[in-house]
Amino acid sequence: MAERIAITGVGQTRHKSKRPDVNTPELVTEAVEAALKDAQLTMKDIDFMVQGSFEMADGQYLPDMWIVPEFGGVGKPGFKLQNAGTTGGVAAAAAFHCAASGLFKNVLCVTWQKMDEGQGAFGRGGGGLGEYWQSQIPMSPITNFARRTYAYLHNSGCTEEHFAITRVKQDQCALKNPYAQLRLNTTVEKVMESAVLVWPIRFLHMCPSTAGAAAIIVSPEKQAKKVTEKPVWVEDWFCTHVGGAYTMAEEPTLSTLRYGCETVYKRRGITNVLKDIQAFEIYEPCSPAELRWMEEVGICEDWTAWKLMEQGKVGIDKEIPFNPSGGVTATNPIGATPVLRIIEAALQIRGDAGEHQVPHNVNRALATGYGGQGENVIFLLRKSL
Amino acid sequence: MAEKVGIVAVAQTKFDQKREEHLTETLVKVVRDVMKQTGLEFKPDGTGIDSTVVASQDYFGGPAGIHMYYAYTVGAYKRPDERVELDGAFAVAYGAMQILSGHHDVVLVVGHNRESACSKNQVENLGLDHIYGRKIGLDFVAAAGMQAMRYLNKYKITSEQCAKVVVKNRTNGKNNPFVMHANGVTVKDVLNSEMLADPIRAMEAKPVPVDGAVAMILACEKKAKKLTDKPVWIRGMGMCYDQHELGYRDLADCKALVSAAQMAYKMAGIKDPVKELDVAEISEHYSYQELLWSEGLGLCGKGEGGKLIDKGTTSMGGQLPVNPSGGLLSGVPLCVAGMQRVAECVLQLRGEAKGRQVSGAKTALAHGVEGPAGQLHCVIILQR
Repeated sequence: MAERIAITGVGQTRHKSKRPDVNTPELVTEAVEAALKDAQLTMKDIDFMVQGSFEMADGQYLPDMWIVPEFGGVGKPGFKLQNAGTTGGVAAAAAFHCAASGLFKNVLCVTWQKMDEGQGAFGRGGGGLGEYWQSQIPMSPITNFARRTYAYLHNSGCTEEHFAITRVKQDQCALKNPYAQLRLNTTVEKVMESAVLVWPIRFLHMCPSTAGAAAIIVSPEKQAKKVTEKPVWVEDWFCTHVGGAYTMAEEPTLSTLRYGCETVYKRRGITNVLKDIQAFEIYEPCSPAELRWMEEVGICEDWTAWKLMEQGKVGIDKEIPFNPSGGVTATNPIGATPVLRIIEAALQIRGDAGEHQVPHNVNRALATGYGGQGENVIFLLRKSL
Repeated sequence: MAEKVGIVAVAQTKFDQKREEHLTETLVKVVRDVMKQTGLEFKPDGTGIDSTVVASQDYFGGPAGIHMYYAYTVGAYKRPDERVELDGAFAVAYGAMQILSGHHDVVLVVGHNRESACSKNQVENLGLDHIYGRKIGLDFVAAAGMQAMRYLNKYKITSEQCAKVVVKNRTNGKNNPFVMHANGVTVKDVLNSEMLADPIRAMEAKPVPVDGAVAMILACEKKAKKLTDKPVWIRGMGMCYDQHELGYRDLADCKALVSAAQMAYKMAGIKDPVKELDVAEISEHYSYQELLWSEGLGLCGKGEGGKLIDKGTTSMGGQLPVNPSGGLLSGVPLCVAGMQRVAECVLQLRGEAKGRQVSGAKTALAHGVEGPAGQLHCVIILQR
């Protein structure tokens, strides 16, 4: 890597299902201002901008055109990326690439989704479906995860109750996160009684539609040390995409998450995942996915995560600090969702996560972005290099 | 730029009004072409081609997340596949930054679009703010009409001068086998064509729809020298956003382009672009834009775009030929446009541009633009 880079500022909006009080540029500006304030910088200091949003869920073509001037981006260089669910992941990766290129001092990465204005369900439902026959059958992220979850039930021997236990754990974490959208204080019974969307996926298993934005500021080593006393170092990142249609995508046993994690673990000499990584913030689009994801990032053996969940070993102050923010099932402004994972990992490392702070020292954290049918972006952040 | 990034292969499809094939077939054709030129593959261990940057637009392509077609179609399995949802020039610049970051050595850049799948005007209406622009039915053609009107009035540029751009580019395009809208037209033909948005006439706008794709491979200096005898180096890159609301800018002064050009010239060490550049490929979505963008790029003074075309400076054989490929006016799809400018510059610098070759070209400029009335510009300087 040409330059070592660090995150010097993070910011997000208070996430809600609807924000009729602001338009999209105003919403995005809230996150940008929060990140600038966190880094104690102003827009004058920013010399490159990377934008990310899932256009169809915003209902806007080239949304950066309308939004960038609002937060003070006129006269500055930048561009916009979109990779559906991994939009925030590739936008952060792009900001890391740009900062590491040595061409810029302070790179702003800003991502958003205002789903109360767009057609989120249409955008997600149509994701990458072939015109000939896949779009004729109602494939969507929900059906995709129904397929995966059915396989999990079959292979692991767990029951539907374990998915409800997972949801309650996620909800309890979200209750401690003042930015989270859904803070339901739900119970296993309520989750089990919620409507079946596509069996075995229930209404309370899925992530919500969110209006929200997230921003981070990234700088090369020299600049980062000038900006902040608590830089969060970006140790490594890796995008692994397979694309394809839902029906052609990976089987539940072959995962880009597993492959991506194995790749960065190998590059960084990580052998004992639970010992070498002290906090996990993994993009889980629905409650059952969290169990499988725990196995795929290497925390436990295949088809055993439900036992750990049942034993109460997963949580903010537990053996396995997995998704302390409450995760994607609590908050999902699509384009910004992976950046929220990075922000949470950075806050955990800095010790600034407040009520949802993992009590032990977090030296290294893992964050991911998931999208489409098998796309993952893996990030490793560290307190010190 | 301290380190060099080389372009080692380029490929383009023929740009047709409607390609009678599935998008995936188009992608396979261009990607296989550059893979064949370099002998590079997507190796199962993740090496070979390290990463891809795609430029495409969901709104034009069809399904949301249209980039998902890409990886499994061309075999780019389990590796980065990032998508810039803007003009293709930005994807080239981002690909170069991936290499400069030291994170990747070999990056494939692909741009594609199917304008035939959608109404350009309707999509571009969605590209304006929800509150005013969209409600009054503005689209990018209407925005360009206002920009042209302001530019022509402020600097006394004539409709004939704009029409000359069309004549020049469509004549140049005759030598470009990839474009289909190249035919001999006269200034009179242009000025008699249907009015689109006063003062822009039908022949003065980029033909719509056009389908097609471009691909190229970028590599770090060490690998570029091994992959080809004729690498073309990216020496400077610049980008800049302008205001969105048309009323917030003087549309006759393209401030963002001036800033983007300065950034690229500074990186490449260029002080006098007219003298130091041998060829320029500029994204003229409308005839007046080649003149206005030339001013922004510093190829002439403010308001002197008209004189530039009158003097023949930008014609083939002139001091600085602009758009020897025929430009966008000869028919290139959105998204692909800026990347195809880069591809054409590469062919020029390699001496492979055949009938449209500018002899002895050593330094070239490629320009891409996005947004209403040129809100976001990208300038790339290339050298042999």
